[in-house]
Amino acid sequence: MKINLTKYYYGDFGGDENVAGNEVKKTNDDASAWPLWEIFVRSKQGLDHKHVGSLHATDAQMAIENARDVYTRRQEGVSIWVIESKHITASNPDEAGELYEPAVDKIYRHPTFYVLPDEVGHM
Amino acid sequence: MQNLAQQLINYLLHLADTTLILSQRNSEWCGHGPVLEQDIAITNISLDLLGQSRNFYQYAAQLINESKNMQDTKALSSFGEGVGSEITEDSLAYLRTEREFKNLLLTELPNGDWGQTILRQYLFSQYQYLLFEQLQQNKDEQLAAICTKALKEIKYHIRWSSEWVLRLGDGTPESKQRMLVAINELWRYIGEMFIAVDYEKEMNIDLIALQNNWAEKVDVIFQEATLSIPKNTFMQIGGKTGTHTENLGFILTELQYMQRAYPNSQW
Amino acid sequence: MNIQHFEQLFQSKIDKEIKIESKDWMPEAYRKTNIRQISQHAHSEIVGMLPEGNWISRAPSLKRKAILIAKVQDEAGHGLYLYSAAETLGMSREEMIADLNSGKAKYSSIFNYPSLTWADMGAIGWLVDGAAILNQVMLCRTSYGPYARALVRICKEESFHQRQGFETLLVLSKGTEEQKAMCQDAINRWWWPSLMMFGPKDSESTNNDQSMKWKIKRKTNDELRQQFVDMAAEQVKVLGMALPDDKLKWNPTTKHYNWGEINWDEFWAVVKGNGPCNKQRLAARNKAHNDGAWVREAANAYAVKKAKAQAAKEALEAA
Repeated sequence: MKINLTKYYYGDFGGDENVAGNEVKKTNDDASAWPLWEIFVRSKQGLDHKHVGSLHATDAQMAIENARDVYTRRQEGVSIWVIESKHITASNPDEAGELYEPAVDKIYRHPTFYVLPDEVGHM
Repeated sequence: MQNLAQQLINYLLHLADTTLILSQRNSEWCGHGPVLEQDIAITNISLDLLGQSRNFYQYAAQLINESKNMQDTKALSSFGEGVGSEITEDSLAYLRTEREFKNLLLTELPNGDWGQTILRQYLFSQYQYLLFEQLQQNKDEQLAAICTKALKEIKYHIRWSSEWVLRLGDGTPESKQRMLVAINELWRYIGEMFIAVDYEKEMNIDLIALQNNWAEKVDVIFQEATLSIPKNTFMQIGGKTGTHTENLGFILTELQYMQRAYPNSQW
Repeated sequence: MNIQHFEQLFQSKIDKEIKIESKDWMPEAYRKTNIRQISQHAHSEIVGMLPEGNWISRAPSLKRKAILIAKVQDEAGHGLYLYSAAETLGMSREEMIADLNSGKAKYSSIFNYPSLTWADMGAIGWLVDGAAILNQVMLCRTSYGPYARALVRICKEESFHQRQGFETLLVLSKGTEEQKAMCQDAINRWWWPSLMMFGPKDSESTNNDQSMKWKIKRKTNDELRQQFVDMAAEQVKVLGMALPDDKLKWNPTTKHYNWGEINWDEFWAVVKGNGPCNKQRLAARNKAHNDGAWVREAANAYAVKKAKAQAAKEALEAA
């Protein structure tokens, strides 16, 4: 497929055809590069931790401190979880069909499947 | 001999100037840090220090204005000729001269490399924490309240900066070498933190205990960082009484430029 | 299944407004376009810290100093969110920064203009951030999930930036004659470069506009630019200032403002590296990165040492 992008958008200012993205390779041999961490923040007591993004840090402790400065500058959190990105195992989206579609027709798992007389009230 | 009110005002100005100048120095890193995450971190510390300095200036301004209303012009004259009729945080920060600033010399030194910056931050934050712990018991309630609020911030500054001392002291041979240079560069400015000047004497600060506690804490971190505390350093003093290094004049030239070039304007 | 089938499936997801996530199948060109756009957007935030950072030490009041520091710091945060989003596509931040520092990657040309007076802090907030917000609000609905989510976060923080900029100008506009002149001068210098931020005219683009089809981009350059002119032309009245365009006039038929012509020669000169500050901006980024190398290395070395010591301790306890 030939794509001819001569139009420059905000955040896409054109440039060399050989810039970022045209050669996707992993170069983590740079001794000064820090590992990537995924950050989860509990926005207030009683709620789940939610994925907010990622950042770089040398260890878990630093990742938490960086997350505090990067992701909670406006009091967005009361608790932080960090995990190095490489330790996350994700389900394969190509298998989404077999993983999640079997649940689609199991409507009897949902409360609305059951019709009860009004006299029962809220249940 | 200054009266008590004057001493308190001078002491507040000392605290305000010290935190302002260190904030000004740290903010020089904004946009130039070694890695994005740490650029944000040091900028946060700069903002915390700026916030603290504003609290001290505002309180000092309030006291000066009150004393002025009592026709105590003698008290006023010692806080800068050019500060105008109504004293504000800005007139105190922007219109006093290099001989009137009372910040610690340590805070006005150039940032040097990242190692020197984080070492200064650690040495200062550790001192500031112990000092403010004492000041939060001070009989002046407003001063005590400002210090209590700042302590939470400072606790984090110690944590952040001491971790950097460990990383760089016990990191690579190059980082260790740079830390040794930084220690050598900064150490002669430590002494004045623990020597009381005139306006400090009535503040009920136990500087001997402060110095001992400080030395103990720093020793623990330095040992873990495989660094050692220099012995028998000749100490430079004078910042608290307005005799500075040559650096301060340049800092103020930049900091005060707008207010000097466009006097009596609102921003 | 062949490649055409995957592409059809992909396009049908886009058409149904289903977000694409990092591990989903995507055409290689989609991945590349996104990496390029997101990383260059990130570079813009980082380089954008420089013209404003320039005034932190000289901010005219302690309050303004605090606001400016917080704002420039936010931009570092925005750059970071965006680098993170781009990293989900398989390119490391180190590589992206290497491309920026070598001059291979572009960033928004607006930051190659100098910030000369305090009023520039106001004009940048109002006009430059204002133009950026229009783009970014649109991009919140972009098809690539991590990019869209980063932008939602950015937009939440960005409105403070534009408001503080406008307020800075508002104070100047009510100030002394010198302050008013400073205000008008900054608007004069930043107006046209802000219009250039929306990119070349739609008529200069190719027919095969893949970015629209893929919903990476959702409005055309000219649509956004007109929206911006309409907004600014009204807002400038509140300041009692003027936009430097004698063709600026309300058109009751189109219900939009008519306006003059961008100097496209200047636009392309700056894009090609001949703006007033291209050299300085790149030099500053390179210096920060190079000066920081020993710091990053030492932190890595220390983390390795600590992990080893911890492992040894655990082994001993287990034995």
